[in-house]
Amino acid sequence: MTEIHALSGAYAVDALDDLERVAFERHLAECADCRAEVAGLREAATLLAETTANEPPAALRDRVLAGIATVRPLPPETPVPRPRHRRVRLLVAAAAAVVLVGAGAVAWQQPWADETSQQQPPTAQSVLDAADALSTSLDFPGGASATVTHSDSVGRAVIVTSKMPPPPQGKVYQLWLDQPGEGMVSAGVMPVKEDQTVLLSGDAATATGAGITVEPAGGSTAPTTDPIALFDFGRSDA
Amino acid sequence: MEHLRPVGSGASPDDDSSDAPPDLADLLRRAGRADEVAFARLYDATAARAYGLALRVVRDPAQAEEVTQEAFLEIWRTASRFDPGRGSALSWLLMITHRTAVDRVRSAEASTRRDTTYHHQHQPVDHDVTAEAAQASLEARRVRSAMAALTEVQREAVGLAYLGGYTHTEVATMLDLPVGTAKTRIRDGLIRLRDALGVGS
Repeated sequence: MTEIHALSGAYAVDALDDLERVAFERHLAECADCRAEVAGLREAATLLAETTANEPPAALRDRVLAGIATVRPLPPETPVPRPRHRRVRLLVAAAAAVVLVGAGAVAWQQPWADETSQQQPPTAQSVLDAADALSTSLDFPGGASATVTHSDSVGRAVIVTSKMPPPPQGKVYQLWLDQPGEGMVSAGVMPVKEDQTVLLSGDAATATGAGITVEPAGGSTAPTTDPIALFDFGRSDA
Repeated sequence: MEHLRPVGSGASPDDDSSDAPPDLADLLRRAGRADEVAFARLYDATAARAYGLALRVVRDPAQAEEVTQEAFLEIWRTASRFDPGRGSALSWLLMITHRTAVDRVRSAEASTRRDTTYHHQHQPVDHDVTAEAAQASLEARRVRSAMAALTEVQREAVGLAYLGGYTHTEVATMLDLPVGTAKTRIRDGLIRLRDALGVGS
């Protein structure tokens, strides 16, 4: 039994700190034995709640039932290969076509628009909107997900996260670009937010991938922990 | 297009069998399709366990109500993500409740709870109305006797972790165990509990 397997019990009762939890959930995604063990231990822990059962006030029922009326249930998860690569070019092209049809008349009234936008520094949006944008998504057990999109023409990469658990106390999530010949080069530290879009610093056109690690506050010059996520830019042909 | 039929009529099939314990997985599945009637029945069948667990972890009744409400809204929102192949509906639902409670105490980590709770933990949970109510439950009695079969360290470690909401590192400190061994005690204790109760794998 490796060290990480031993965390199954503590994980089943939510007794891991955030750093361990992220690492263990990453392990869980690949370890069917641990998934089965966690499920069984969780069933056992669940039964402990039999010993603490306590009728809540009736008013709570009213508040809960009033509350759900304002919350939309999520659709079921549809199977997606993980990690997945997705060309977004077609979608963008289709959206652009709609804009052209719908607002063609406006375009020629703003001949300067193109010129100014080219002089702007790259933004997250310019990466996401780029014709050659290519995305790689990772879903973490527990509902968090992260998508890295890079554009060789813009030369930058963007990460979009959803429901990311906060990093452990005193730690940060740091972003890295994997540069040939240099290894992992810091691409900045992520602000602490569940859902966000962050532009990675550094040249994404030369990078072969991106990663996230947990680092001491302020970040590190090189990764000091194993990555919690790696995103391959799909340059295997190179 | 058959999914566009009115939702309300979906609640009828087993309304007559109200004395049998409700099938929680089925209620949850229907809640995932925005069936509010099914969700209300799910709440009625599980609220005492969810609220009792939240109360045990956070201790403060007002906060326990908030935690329970937040958890049930999350259960409603994510009901379609419940996978019966990976565990029981009750386990899934209480996992969400427990996480919500634990998040609450850890983010409010500040001062008072950390200073005072160790003592609370080592007093019997006497003044709780909980005790009498839970005694009545046969299942509770079965769980208590299974807990009694654990070693003392296992029992304390599992209790502090699950019912106390402490991390294994905190549990190690509380029980004067070397850091890193509490997680093993928790796992060993849960395995013994699982086998004694005949649940899971």
